[in-house]
Amino acid sequence: MRIGVVTFPGSLDEVDAARAVRLAGGEAVALWHGDDDLHGVDAVVLPGGFSYGDYLRCGAIARFAPVMRSVIRWAGPPESASPGLPVLGICNGFQVLCESHLLPGALVRNDHRKFVCRDQRLRIERNNTRWTSRYGDGEEIVVPLKNGEGGFVADVPTLDHLESEGRVVARYLGGNPNGSYRDIAGVSNATGTVVGLMPHPEHAVEEGFGPDRDAAGRLTNTDGLRFFTSVLEGVLTA
Amino acid sequence: MTAESSNDTAASAACHDTVERAVQAPDVDQPWAELGLKADEYARIREILGRRPTSCELAMYSVMWSEHCSYKSSKVHLRQFGEKVTDEMREKLLVGMGENAGVVDIGRGWAVTFKIESHNHPSYVEPHQGAATGVGGIVRDIMSMGARPVAVMDPLRFGAIDHPDTARVLPGIVSGVGSYGNCLGLPNIGGEVAFDPCYQGNPLVNVLCLGTLRHGDIHLAQASGAGNLVVLFGARTGGDGIGGASILASETFEEGGPTKRPSVQVGDPFAEKVLIECCLDLFAAKVVTGIQDLGAAGLSCAFSELASNGDGGMQVHLDRAPLRDPSLRPEEILMSESQERMMAVVRPADLAAFLQITDKWDVEATVMGQVTDTGRLEVLWHGQTVVDVPPRTVAHEGPVYNRPMARPERLDEVRSDTPDRLPRPGTGEELLALLLRMVGSPGLCSRSWVTTQYDRYVRGNTALAQPDDAGMIRVDEASGLGVALSTDGNGRFGALDPREGARIVLAEAYRNVAVTGAQPMAVTDCLNFGSPEDPAVMWQFEQAVSGLADGCRELGIPVTGGNVSFYNQTGTTAIHPTPVVGMLGVIDDVAHRVPSGWREPGLPVYLLGTTREELAGSEWAWAEHGHLGGVPPVVDLDTERLLADVLVAGAREGFLSCAHDLSEGGLVQALVESCLRFGVGLECDLESLCRRDDLSPFVALFSESTSRAVVSVPAGTGGLWENFCAEHGVPALRLGTTSSRPSLDVEGLFAVPLADLKVASEALLPTLFEH
Repeated sequence: MRIGVVTFPGSLDEVDAARAVRLAGGEAVALWHGDDDLHGVDAVVLPGGFSYGDYLRCGAIARFAPVMRSVIRWAGPPESASPGLPVLGICNGFQVLCESHLLPGALVRNDHRKFVCRDQRLRIERNNTRWTSRYGDGEEIVVPLKNGEGGFVADVPTLDHLESEGRVVARYLGGNPNGSYRDIAGVSNATGTVVGLMPHPEHAVEEGFGPDRDAAGRLTNTDGLRFFTSVLEGVLTA
Repeated sequence: MTAESSNDTAASAACHDTVERAVQAPDVDQPWAELGLKADEYARIREILGRRPTSCELAMYSVMWSEHCSYKSSKVHLRQFGEKVTDEMREKLLVGMGENAGVVDIGRGWAVTFKIESHNHPSYVEPHQGAATGVGGIVRDIMSMGARPVAVMDPLRFGAIDHPDTARVLPGIVSGVGSYGNCLGLPNIGGEVAFDPCYQGNPLVNVLCLGTLRHGDIHLAQASGAGNLVVLFGARTGGDGIGGASILASETFEEGGPTKRPSVQVGDPFAEKVLIECCLDLFAAKVVTGIQDLGAAGLSCAFSELASNGDGGMQVHLDRAPLRDPSLRPEEILMSESQERMMAVVRPADLAAFLQITDKWDVEATVMGQVTDTGRLEVLWHGQTVVDVPPRTVAHEGPVYNRPMARPERLDEVRSDTPDRLPRPGTGEELLALLLRMVGSPGLCSRSWVTTQYDRYVRGNTALAQPDDAGMIRVDEASGLGVALSTDGNGRFGALDPREGARIVLAEAYRNVAVTGAQPMAVTDCLNFGSPEDPAVMWQFEQAVSGLADGCRELGIPVTGGNVSFYNQTGTTAIHPTPVVGMLGVIDDVAHRVPSGWREPGLPVYLLGTTREELAGSEWAWAEHGHLGGVPPVVDLDTERLLADVLVAGAREGFLSCAHDLSEGGLVQALVESCLRFGVGLECDLESLCRRDDLSPFVALFSESTSRAVVSVPAGTGGLWENFCAEHGVPALRLGTTSSRPSLDVEGLFAVPLADLKVASEALLPTLFEH
């Protein structure tokens, strides 16, 4: 199963995303921002980082990269009822997805105005997406969170729409780290193929290299790995 | 991309000071003093050239002969690091001192390069940009060795924690270190935060960068092979940081003097991140024969060092440099410290491939000129020669001073004022009250308000990071081969005895690496001192350098490079002598690493080493009584080595589930930190320790004797561990057992919930700096 990981100039977590794909059992395919050929991948990860320096607004320039033209075309409109290319946007990738209008809402400067890096407790609120099917309904996990502009905002009708459609994929527990409305950590498109997530599951896939503890308090943590095994499973059954 | 075009600016060549004009008009008054040169230095330049320098030559000499670039006051002492190295110590050194950074062989074909540098003065003037470009500068040093930068650390020192200027500089410095490192995708794995009034007006921003490479990937800064091309690539040159090295870094700040903000560089981490990836692609394509980063002294340094290290000369066209500000004069272009620039030497046949890679990364690259066989560095401005000098006289044969040294007069008085007269707590209740105050004191409180602003996860190879004693990075994913790094400094011990103070921080850094299970291997140092023109400071400097050099020889660990920062003083008041040591260790497999806290109840806990009554210069004396006097703790490096051996061997044998170094704050601080690390409590008893070492409970808890660590071992292995320590000649004393209750219980004295300790520890920094 081939999963594309995009590198924009200023991408930082693409090595981690590619490692997560490999550890999940997939083949990571490097995609270059300037190339609109997706090389036939089955899914795409837009990694964390500071694409194009995050100048203007986070993700605002990356949205116009040639590779994004193809991602936008294959992912399909966000409200479409027919599933398109699975895409996971992590952190900066989430910002790119919002700027691309593949997901609603926007991500703004943290309410405390500082960068924050911490181990974050999350509740998976939707497990019928292509990226979360291996999690239990309402399961709690711990993965790293690190962002300066991670506050998810949208107008009230949009938030209500997302909630009523069950499109809030993950919510912050144990304190809102960045001022996100309704503690929202991640959302999806209508079919659950495109998911944007502010925290970093790719940093909790290998024992000894992530948060000290998982959500159950065990001194080991690979809570993030199932985002990647989920999509592989979906690809297999698709 | 502009490969051969010139800047078409209004600047005409005619009005500039050329070599021809310097010969024709020898008696022009030149602003050598304003550029920081002394009269005899100016005279020497005239002697070297046999004429007056042109204004461009004067600019180059002035920045390259500054204290910051030339090490003119420190050189005679720094030689000791080279002289006191044995062949055995050199064995693992692939590149030693004198290059951009040292390179150490860590086995299996892998090497690492690491170096620490200061950006103290710029960070005082403009905290955010000063600190940010400090990160940028050291990262480019690591890149120019051919390595991929993989981690940073940042030892920071500030004035009194409640001083208004600390509130001004600290948030900016932290955000500067954070934003630049975070945007480069480099995990920040450790460092220090210290407070002392002596750093008021002189905050110390030291930054360490670690890079990894294969043995065959080493690159050096040299321009060799006549006809090879000199290529400038990266960001455009602007008016920022002009004279940063000479004006900011090599002078003392005066109260009420002009602010020097235009001399601080402005960083663009995005440009640097792209430059890193671009350079790594260039190295991989083997199209670079020599490389140099542009840092202090900008193009002046890059041209002269590349030419000086090479085998011939260099001719460059300065007007080809792409500019951000077309009105810059050639002198300014030579002195500008604009960030995110590199210079490469490229064979003509490789140029097309080189430019293809820089194009891929949208990095501007310009052929500035070529390597020649003339032995001269010639710089042309619109076709006319504005610099014609022997490059070695600029880069390597600058002035050398043997400055006067004098032991400070007040030192004996300070050393005889021991902490013996200070009141001490006796009862358990008093000890607990003291403990809660100490845990929340500026020197010991939790640094998490700072470290949560740094990304420690990026790249997925961070095996340990703050608050553990050392950061640890996996270098080779296949085998788990990794390195550990710690940085340590202690100005107070330095003030009481600069020689012993330096040995104490060396020992602490060594111990901090050993507790993680890594074998200490190499040192980088950042020597932060006051003005070298003050004989007392110069004496401190010599003492510290000889202490470090002797200590390194005793431990068998070479110094691979580093940095000297002088002029850290306001008026006549210098900072405490503050050498900061960065220690690198190697571990065969990071899976065997040892964290600084116990992870489960029921584990036997031991204190290794001997405790003496050593409270001079301690956190207790300072935090509780504002007292600094007496003689610092004794440090015996043979004992330190035995301790490290048992820790490293213990980790390898799987004995250790936790190991934590004892230093500032003594035993009780270490116990608190080991409990808080994973939230697991401890029941312990000090009676046998007090009896064995003849101590009061207070001294047992707060003394800062060296060569000690606390460890926990798997349940049921206590006897084996005691024998193991006895075989290694290290005293081991059972203190107690980790507990299923979240509490630190010291038998007969006090019991305190971990939650109370956590609150006491974490309250201070957010209270002061969160707005």
